[in-house]
Amino acid sequence: MTVSEKIVSDFIKNKVEFITTVPCKQLATVIDKIEKCDEIYHIPSNKEDEGMGLCAGAFMGGKRSAIVMQNTAIGVTINTLVTLTQFYRLPLPMLISYRGELGEPVACQVEMAVHTKALLEQLKIPTYHFHKENDVQEFDSILKHTFMSNKPVAILTDATFWNGY
Amino acid sequence: MPIIRDQFVVCNIGLPSQELHYLDDQPTNFYMLGTMGLASSIGLGLALTQKQKIISIDGDGSVLTNFGTLPTIANNTANNFILLIIDNGSYGSTGDQPTYAGKKTSLTEVARACGCGCVIECKGEDTAEELQKALKSEKMTIIVSKCDSGNIKVPVIELDPVVIKYRFMEELNKKNQKN
Repeated sequence: MTVSEKIVSDFIKNKVEFITTVPCKQLATVIDKIEKCDEIYHIPSNKEDEGMGLCAGAFMGGKRSAIVMQNTAIGVTINTLVTLTQFYRLPLPMLISYRGELGEPVACQVEMAVHTKALLEQLKIPTYHFHKENDVQEFDSILKHTFMSNKPVAILTDATFWNGY
Repeated sequence: MPIIRDQFVVCNIGLPSQELHYLDDQPTNFYMLGTMGLASSIGLGLALTQKQKIISIDGDGSVLTNFGTLPTIANNTANNFILLIIDNGSYGSTGDQPTYAGKKTSLTEVARACGCGCVIECKGEDTAEELQKALKSEKMTIIVSKCDSGNIKVPVIELDPVVIKYRFMEELNKKNQKN
């Protein structure tokens, strides 16, 4: 089973049936698998804060939701994370491509990478970092932890984890 | 007000939520206490995941803030969703600064260009009638209500956000189990 297959199968196992995505090259395969999966309603959003709004609505409508996005989105969504997701205590798994780590070809991505963990720490968002392929084994527990704690939870996935791109 | 009393409503941040809360607080109202612009996204997420009709009450300024919402609405049809945009051409909660929607930009035409099928523009005084029509139709509808700016003086909402969420979800769940 590839890491993308494992991620999608864990989403299904944990009844995550509504997923919004904003694309990243590193996430292309997993987004494609989400799109093709019958058990999941895939709704691409134009900006990550919009996506978090959709996820909040879906959760209140009775469906577990998740967002797939790039780490640059942390800069876009701080207000939404704080005044919507955290303030109303909504669970939100955030599968995040951690651009700007080893293997990154685009220098500009490093500029946001150096702030990513610091910002998540400042926001007190539980954060997991997938670096080796085997780290994906924790994904199932992380999803369970997210819905138990009613919090946004970040899963940073770097280029080494995705085996280059 | 009686038209939306029994409906599930997601209401825009600031004075719109405060006015709705002051005039007729209901557990079926979801008040946004923060996050300008996301009333339509929250409403669409709700409409796509359960059966009850959802009305998002938004403002022109908030739609301008979250413009990306219109293509998402257009491309993810939810026939139980109504987006009511109170278009007064001004940022009412922050001191009535003018918005571009009150100048050259037509939100009605933007919504249509984004692919939203049923977009109605009406005068403020016709809003109740158009909303009733939209509730009867089984079509996703966007109503752009062109009205004058101006708000009444109302207190802030002191309800805890978790209480707002909890009672809204309880009501929605009850209604969905009934029909």
